[in-house]
Amino acid sequence: MILRAENISKRYFRRTGQANYFEAVKPLSLALEPGSLTLLMGRSGGGKTTLLHMLSGLLTPTEGKVWLGDTDLYALPDAQLSRLRGEQIGVVPQGRSAVDTLTVLENVLLPGQLCGRPAKQETALYWLEALEIGNLADARPAALSGGELRRMAIARVLTQDPQVILADEPTGDLDDASTRLVLSILQKAAHEQGKTVFVVTHENDAREYADRVYRMDGGSLS
Amino acid sequence: MNAFSLAIKNLIRKPGRTAALTLLTAFLALSVFGGSLVVSSLQRGLHSLESRLGADIIVLPASAQSKVSFEKLLLQGTTGAFYMDASALDAVREVEGVEIAAPQTFLASLKADCCAVKVQVIGMDQETDFVVQPWIAQSYSRSLGDMDVAVGCKVEADVGETLRIYDENCHVVARLAPTGTGLDTAVYCNMDTMNHLLAAAEQKGVSHKITSDSEETISAVYVKVKDGYDIDQVNSKLNGHVRKATAVRTRSMLTQVSDSLAGVSRTVSLLIAAVWVLALIILLIAFAMMAAERRREFAVLRLVGTSRRGLCRLVLTESALCSLAGGLIGIGAAAAVVFPFTTLIETQLGLPYLTPDARTMLLLGALALGVTVLVGALASAWAALRLSRTDPGATLREGA
Ligand SMILES: Nc1ncnc2c1ncn2[C@@H]1O[C@H](COP(=O)(O)OP(=O)(O)OP(=O)(O)O)[C@@H](O)[C@H]1O
Ligand SMILES: [Mg+2]
Repeated sequence: MILRAENISKRYFRRTGQANYFEAVKPLSLALEPGSLTLLMGRSGGGKTTLLHMLSGLLTPTEGKVWLGDTDLYALPDAQLSRLRGEQIGVVPQGRSAVDTLTVLENVLLPGQLCGRPAKQETALYWLEALEIGNLADARPAALSGGELRRMAIARVLTQDPQVILADEPTGDLDDASTRLVLSILQKAAHEQGKTVFVVTHENDAREYADRVYRMDGGSLS
Repeated sequence: MNAFSLAIKNLIRKPGRTAALTLLTAFLALSVFGGSLVVSSLQRGLHSLESRLGADIIVLPASAQSKVSFEKLLLQGTTGAFYMDASALDAVREVEGVEIAAPQTFLASLKADCCAVKVQVIGMDQETDFVVQPWIAQSYSRSLGDMDVAVGCKVEADVGETLRIYDENCHVVARLAPTGTGLDTAVYCNMDTMNHLLAAAEQKGVSHKITSDSEETISAVYVKVKDGYDIDQVNSKLNGHVRKATAVRTRSMLTQVSDSLAGVSRTVSLLIAAVWVLALIILLIAFAMMAAERRREFAVLRLVGTSRRGLCRLVLTESALCSLAGGLIGIGAAAAVVFPFTTLIETQLGLPYLTPDARTMLLLGALALGVTVLVGALASAWAALRLSRTDPGATLREGA
C-alpha cells in the first residue's frame, strides 16, 4: 500500500532566536511505494524521527495530511487509527519499546493479540530465530542488551506482518553482521512480499539495500 | 491476550506496585467500613433506647440521686435502688392528661452467697405495663408467671435455668433481644414476684422501705400522655401534684444521649471524610506517579495498536482489581478489629451501642467496597485521561 505525505510539517513551541516556535519538519511531500525500501539519512536533530512518527500515525502533523492508500490517517477517529497501527503499520521506534511485564515472546505476539488477529507462535519463534535471539524467547526484556531489544522490536514488526514497515535506526546498537542481517530481512520484506519499507539510519553501508535514499537536514528533505 | 489478561500480568509481575496500591485501598475501606459500622451501631443503640423508653414522662422519687442513678442504670447498666411510696402512683393517675401510668419497682441483687449474679431486678405491673411487655413478647409469647423472670441478653443465664436471688429460685423463661443499653444486664419479673423478692431482701437486711409504716413502695412510674395533651404541661402538672417525686420528660433524658451520640457520630463521620479525602489525594498521587513511571510502556502499547479507550480500560481494570482486593482486605480487617472490641467500644463511649443485623452489615460492606473502588477508579481514570491526551509519538521521543 502506498504511503503519502502531503505538505506535512511539525512545529514545536520553543523559543529559538526571533520566533517562538521551532520547525522540526518544514512542509514536505513524500510518497513511499509498495515493494520498495526507502532510506532516510541525515544529521542528528534533523527531524527524521519526527517525520517517521508523523508517517506512522503516532504524531499529528501541525499541517498537512498523511495518506495510507485512500485513508487520511489523521482524519480517522482514535479507535480506527489505533486499529490501523496494529494491523497495517509496523513501527520499530528509536530506543526501548518493550512492555517489561511481558516476556520477549509475549512482546512479539502483542500487536496481533491486541487487535484480535493473533499471530502464530511459530511465526514469532521463527523471526526470533532468524534474528538470532530465539534463546531469549522466555526472558524478560529487563534482562536483554540494547541490541537484543532492538532485534526484539524488529521481530515484533515482522511477526505483526503489516503492509507498511517504518524503522527508526533499527541497526543502531548492532554489530556489522547483525546490521547486514536486519537490512537484508527488511529488503526481502519489500522486494519479496511487496511491503512498503522506510528505514531511518546513520549507516552509510545501508545504501546498497535501498531503492531510494533521502537526506534530511534542518527539517528539509533532499 | 486481551486487556484483561494483560492487566492481570501487569499486576502479578509487578508485585511491589500491586501490593502498595492494594494496601492503600485496604486502608481506605477499613476506615470507611469500620467508621460506618460504629456510627450505625450507635444510631441503632439510640433507636432501641427510644423504643425501650417508650413513655412520654417518667416519674421518679424526688431525691437528688434517683435521676442520676436511673440514667446510669439505663446507659451503663449499673444497679440502682430508689423508692417512693406507692401512693404516688394514684397521685399520677389523678393528673389530667395521663393516659396510662405503669409502675416499676427496682431491686439490686447482691454479689454475695444469696444471689447468683449481681443484677438489676425490675418488677413491672402486668396490668398497665406498656414498655417491658412488648419487648418480652418478642421472645416469649406468654405473660410472666409467679417467680418467672425474663433476662436481658447480657445476663449469664439460659432459658430453663434457675436464677437464685436473695435465696429465692427464679425460673428463667425468656432471654430478651439486645438493646445495646444498660437494660441488657437487667432481669424482669412481675409485681408479685418483685414483692416476694423485696421481702426476701428485707430479711437479708436490704431494706426498700422509706418509712417503717409504708406498706408498698415503687421506684418509677412510666407515663403515657393522652393524645391532644401537651406533654410539657402534663409534666409540670405532675411535678406540682405528686409529692416527693420528680417528673422527667424522657425526651430530655434522651437528648443528652443523642447529643453526645451526635457528637461521636460527627467526629467519626469527619474522620471518615478526612480519610476519604486523604486516600483520594494519596491515590491520585500514586496513580500519577505510576502513570509517569509507565509513560513509555503506555506509549509502546499505543504504538502496537492500543486505542486511547483501550489504554484507559487497561488502567481502570488494574485499579479496579487492586481496589477490589484492597477493599475486601480492608473490610475483613475492620470486621476483625471492630467485632472483638465491641464491648470495649461500648464501655469507652458509654453510649447505647447495638451492632446492626447481618443484612445492614452486608449493605455497609458493599457500600464501603463501592466507595473504595470508586475512589480507585476516579484516581486512575484521571491518570489514564492525562496519559492518553499526548500523542504516543511525543512520548516515544523522550529519553529514547
Ligand atoms: N517536543 C519537542 N519540543 C521541542 N523541540 C522538539 C520536540 N521534539 C523534537 N524537537 C526538536 O526537533 C528536532 C528534530 O528532532 P528529531 O528527534 O526528529 O531528530 P532526529 O533527526 O531523529 O535526530 P536523531 O538522529 O538524533 O534521532 C530536534 O532539534 C529536536 O530538538
Ligand atoms: Mg531520531
